[in-house]
This record gives sequence, structure tokens and C-alpha cells, in this order.
Amino acid sequence: MDLDPVLLARIQFAANITFHILFPTITIALGWMLLFMRWRWLKTNQRPWLTAYRFWTKVFALTFALGVVSGITMSFQFGTNWPGFMEKVGNIAGPLLGFEVLTAFFLEATFLGVMLFGHGRVSERIHMLATFLVAFGTTMSAFWILVLNSWMQTPVGYEIIDGEFHVTSWLEIIFNPSFPWRFAHMLLASFLTMSFLVAGVSAWQVLRRKANPSSAVALRAALTLAALLIPVQIVVGDMHGLNTLQHQPQKIAAIEGVWETEKGAPLLLFALPNEAERRNDLAIGIPKMASFILTHEWDGELKGLNEFENHPPVKPLFFGFRIMVAVGTLMLLVSWVGCWILRRHGWQPERAPRWLIASIAGMTFSGWVATVAGWYVTEIGRQPWIVQGLIKTADVASSTPAPYIALTLAGYLITYAALIVCYIGVLRYMAEKPSDTYDPAPTGGANVLGGAQLARKAGEA
Amino acid sequence: MTWAEFLPVIFMGLMGLSMFLYVVLDGFDLGVGMLLHRADDSQKDMMIASIGPFWDANETWLVLGVGILLIAFPKAHGVVMTALYLPIALMLIGLILRGVAFDFRVKAQDTHKPLWNRGFFIGSTVTSVAQGWMLGRFITGFAEGTVYDLFALAIAIALPCAYVLMGASWLVLKTDGALQRRAAQWGRTALIPVIIGMGLISLATPWVSSTVAERWFSLPQLIGLLPIPFATFACFVALWWTLSGARALGTLCWLPFVLTVGVFLMGGLGLAYSLYPYVVMDRITIWQAASSTAALNLILAGCSFTVPAILGYTFFAHRVFWGKATELRYG
Repeated sequence: MDLDPVLLARIQFAANITFHILFPTITIALGWMLLFMRWRWLKTNQRPWLTAYRFWTKVFALTFALGVVSGITMSFQFGTNWPGFMEKVGNIAGPLLGFEVLTAFFLEATFLGVMLFGHGRVSERIHMLATFLVAFGTTMSAFWILVLNSWMQTPVGYEIIDGEFHVTSWLEIIFNPSFPWRFAHMLLASFLTMSFLVAGVSAWQVLRRKANPSSAVALRAALTLAALLIPVQIVVGDMHGLNTLQHQPQKIAAIEGVWETEKGAPLLLFALPNEAERRNDLAIGIPKMASFILTHEWDGELKGLNEFENHPPVKPLFFGFRIMVAVGTLMLLVSWVGCWILRRHGWQPERAPRWLIASIAGMTFSGWVATVAGWYVTEIGRQPWIVQGLIKTADVASSTPAPYIALTLAGYLITYAALIVCYIGVLRYMAEKPSDTYDPAPTGGANVLGGAQLARKAGEA
Repeated sequence: MTWAEFLPVIFMGLMGLSMFLYVVLDGFDLGVGMLLHRADDSQKDMMIASIGPFWDANETWLVLGVGILLIAFPKAHGVVMTALYLPIALMLIGLILRGVAFDFRVKAQDTHKPLWNRGFFIGSTVTSVAQGWMLGRFITGFAEGTVYDLFALAIAIALPCAYVLMGASWLVLKTDGALQRRAAQWGRTALIPVIIGMGLISLATPWVSSTVAERWFSLPQLIGLLPIPFATFACFVALWWTLSGARALGTLCWLPFVLTVGVFLMGGLGLAYSLYPYVVMDRITIWQAASSTAALNLILAGCSFTVPAILGYTFFAHRVFWGKATELRYG
């Protein structure tokens, strides 16, 4: 069998980053949610907040571990799969990755230990600080990695000497044209993914009649957050799209399925892009809508794929984008309807209609679907380039023989598939466990006393 | 030596420091993992509790070490990663298994716990063996041939034993009672293969590499280098003495760990001396592989702030969990 080593290396790397992104997407935002729960507990002294904090801390630990191990894999795969990448852009990518390790990885990993197991060993204040530093670390890590990714999409601030990239301006590199949008889009994606996870698991507990007093408060906080953020995400996503149109028009052409440059292009709701004959089959669309959304003019001109010598494969972008938008629309619907109805039932999910609780539970992992689909659009949309317009992916691939890559790929795929099954299984098992197993009733222990004291102190101040 | 020439030397030192800290810190995690199946169930929990708050951060030193190779010596990074493709993949799968098993074992159903314990043991073992193999291949500059494979194989066996010694001495430090006694016994058992392995490797390295032989066995260098083997030998004797009987079970419980770190330090120094100035033995020097001076300056400036801070808060985290390990509770 003839295996293309570059394609295999791409599949392997894609499998790894797909698996990896699932977990940081949760932990980046969950860190802040934990800080919020902790703060609510100290402030109100209402037990359910502590119960929620303890439950989600365990989920955080598990998720974080999966993120760490798959992240380490990624740090090696830069070299094993794309050795030429670092040789060429090492002067730029190196420091960015270095600062991620130095300012984020160590911070989150070290204080995670204190955050998870240090309660009672350090003061409430230090413990709160440790929780903050973990959340801050995960966000910093997202910052640096998105700088690098955005730079690969919209490279600026460099000069090329003898085929090697050198820095001319770090400021330009860090705040490259697509970075602010991509960073905002990803952080919002992370908060939405986390919100639907928290809301979904809480709804699941209600549905299975395993709810504890923390289920209702967690559901309320998460669903409200989702309802607030989803409109913001839609606006930011739109602006990110306009930014992409300006810098990577071929990506937009593939997303919209525009083959020939046209004025007043329709917004295709469905079609089967046919790359061989360079047209769409079975297209259903809203006339002129794509032009209007992207250029804000009914007869605005959209560049077609045929104008570009190199353009990304059309199908994955076309469908990836539609999946992302569809999930986003569902999120909007469920969070708004959910908030509306639950508010009318005094935020007591047991009294709300069962179909609603089932819908929220059904959306538990919706954030994963939207995030992965969105990343596929932006990453496949950069192909055949690894650095847009400058370096081709195939030119930096390793010389590792295809069977080696296929063998290790199989190993990774089996591991990842098994771990996702375990993760979801254990999450479900944890959710259905009675809460007093991890949050024993107060017996006047140091934790409760400390919390009450600090709450009083905060009240006085 | 100009600043531009000196920078790669600094980064080689930093890479060496990260790798050394990784081997020491994750060494005890991996060692505890490989010892796990020898303990009974409550002891297993205590063993895991002794490394629980640290293992995440410990693993990060590996990322920094490889990160520096990637950042400071990008032209060597690709060569090393390509040459070690399969063992790296094996190590990564081992690390994944070890890391997730650690978290799953306390969160999954009780009936699944033995399964995750086994995963923790297998993950730790696979990781250690793969790392030993890679070290062996690295020292010989990825030379091909049966002799070199046997050399790598010897290290693939010796390094896990050294990690077990590290893990056992960590347990002597962090636990008490029956587990501590058993740990001292495990340490003594591991000591014998470590002494034999290190001796053999020290003799074999000059034999497989003429560069190393020249570097060590010529005067006057040899005299200056003699403290390294002597100090290593002294550490081994002291380890044997402290791990025998009940000597390490009381106030001296820190001594085996410190002595084991001493053994690793001497091994690391010897290795660094043998390799310098090559980043890929006999093929690529640190100057040939280095990034631009501008990039290195920037990272060095970053490192001079962050590395002391990292060391500082790492110490803080150890300070928080100072003394004997207690049952881990999420709070």
C-alpha cells in the first residue's frame, strides 16, 4: 500500500491537537469558574457553593491531567513531525513557545498541587491566590500559543535571511493582525464550552435524580454565563471572519463555497462542493446574503477559489464552518430559552419541564464540537501552507518512513479513543455519586471555620 | 569568547539544568510508579499521595528541557527528534498512561482501581525504559550497529533501576512505618543493578566513543576528573550503609534521597563533560545548532526572571507539603 508520509504526519498531528484542545478548552475557563465558586462560598457561606467547588475541582484535576499529557506529546511532535518548521522559523516560534513554558506551564502545574490538596495547609487567602494563579496560568498559556498560531496565519514583523526567519519587531509579531480576534474567539469558546459542560452535567444529575443542592446553583451560574456570552461570541466570530476575509480570502472563499469571483454571492445553507469539477452540487442558499455579511453590501464582490493558485481543500472548511455555526445557534437557543423558563420556575430545575433539562444535558459536550469544527476551519484553511504564503507544510515534514508514522499513529489513536471513553465515563460516574462522599457534612473542622471567619472579615470590610 | 559565542554555552547549561531537574524530580515519580505493584492497597494510596501534589510540575521540566533544545538549538532539534522517533512515541504513550492513570484511579469506580494502578505501573515503566534507550542512543550520536544497540539496551535497563532507587529513597523520606521499612529494602535491592549499570556504562562509553575516551583518558584532565568517579563511589557506599538496617528510618530519612541526587549529579556532570560542545555527538556543535543571537538574548532575559521565580515557587509548593505525606484530600 502506498502511504503518503506527509499526509500521515498531518493526520497524526491533527489527531493529537484535536485530542489536546478538548481539555484546555475546558480548563482555561473552568479555572475562573472555580475561583468564582470559591469566592461565592467565602462571601455567602452557602454550603452548595463549596460542594460545587469540590466537585468541579476534581473534574478540573482530571481534565488538566489529560491536557498536560497530550500537551507534552504535542511539544515533541513539533520536532518529530515538522523538523523543518523550527529550523526555518525557530527564531520566532522558539521564544513564543519558550515564554509559554516559562510563564504559564510551571505556574499552573506548580500551584495546581497547592490548589488541589493544599486546603488546610495554607491560609484561605493563599489558597485563593493559588486558585487564581492556576486560572491565570492557563489563560497565559492560551495567549502565547494563540500568538504563534495567529502569526502562522498572518505573518508580520519578520525578515528572511538565507531562508531563515529573523525578527524585526516583536510587538508586530505578538499583536499580529489576526491575533486579537482569534484570542477573543478562543477564550469565549472556552467559556462557552465550560458553561455548557457545567450546566449539562448539573442537568444530567437532575435528570437522573441524583441532584444535590449544588446542582441548581451550578446550573444557574453556568447557563446564565452561557446566555450572556453567546451573543458576544457571535459578534466576535463575525469580526474574526471579516479579518480573515482581509488577510486570507481563499479561506473565506472555501468556507462560502465560492468558486468563481462573484458579486452578490449567496449564503449557501447546504451544498456538496465538488472539487474535481470546481462547482457546488445541490446548492441551497439565500441570495446575496454572503456578500452582505462579509462586505456589508448586497452586491459586494467575493473572490472565488479559481483566482488562487493555492487554496485549501473546500469540503472540510465548508462543512466545518456550518457545523460550528449550527452548534453556536443551538447554544443561543438552549441558553436563552433555558434561562427564561428556569427563571420562571425560581431556578429550581426539578420543577422545570423535563424536555428542557434533557436538552441542556444533551448540550454537555456541544462546546467540544463547535471548538474542534472551528479549529479545523482555521487550520485546514491555512493549507497547503504552514506559515501562510511563505512555507509549505510538505517542505518542513520529517523524513520518517511512512510505516513508522502509521504505526505510531495507530498507537496514539487507540490511546486517545480509549481515554475519551474513560473521561466521559468517569465524569458520569462522578456526577452520579452522592455529594457527601466528596463533601462530608461540616463537623466544625478547620475548613468551615476558616471560611466563616474570612466571610465575616469580608463582611466587616 | 564573545557574547554571541558564549550564549549557546549558557543555553547548554540551562538545558542541562532542566534535564537534570527533570530526571531527579520525575525520576522519583516514575520510580514510585514502578514500585507501586509491590505494595498493598493502603500503601499504594500513600505512595501516590507522596507524589500527588508535585508530579504535574515535575513533568514540566521535561517540556522546558526539550523546549530549550527546540528554542536554542533548532537545527539539532529536528535531527534528534527524527532519530528518536519511535522511542519518543513510546515514551509519550507511557507518559500519557501514567498521567491519566494517576487521576483516574481515585475518581473511577473502586472496581476499576486495580486496572488504573496497573496502568500507572506500566506507564511509568514504559516511560523509564524508553528514556534510558534514548539516552543510550543520544550518547553515541545515534550511531548504527549491534554494539551501539547493546549499549543503549544497557542504559534502558540501568536508568529504570536508578529511578527505582530514586523512588525508594523518596518514599524513605516521605513515609513512615511499614511502608518506609519496605522502601529502604526496595532501595537496597535497586542499588546493586544501579552500581553495576553505572560502572559498566562508565567503562563502555569511552569504548564506544573515541571522543569520550580522548577527553577522559589524557593527562592532565584525568587528574582533575578523578573526583567525579570517587564522589560517585562514596555516594554508593553511603547509600548502602544508610539503607541497611534501620539507619534511614529516623532523623536520617533525608540522607538516601540526597545521596541518590548526588549519584545523579555526578552522572550528569560526567555526561555533560563528555558531550560538550556537541549537541549531537561528533556531528553538531552547540554553535552550529544555535538560534540567532537576538532570539537567544530575548529568551535569556526571559529566563533570568522566570527560572528563579519557578525555582522559588517550586520550593514553596514543597514547603507546603513538607514532612511526611498524608492522605490526599481535595479541598
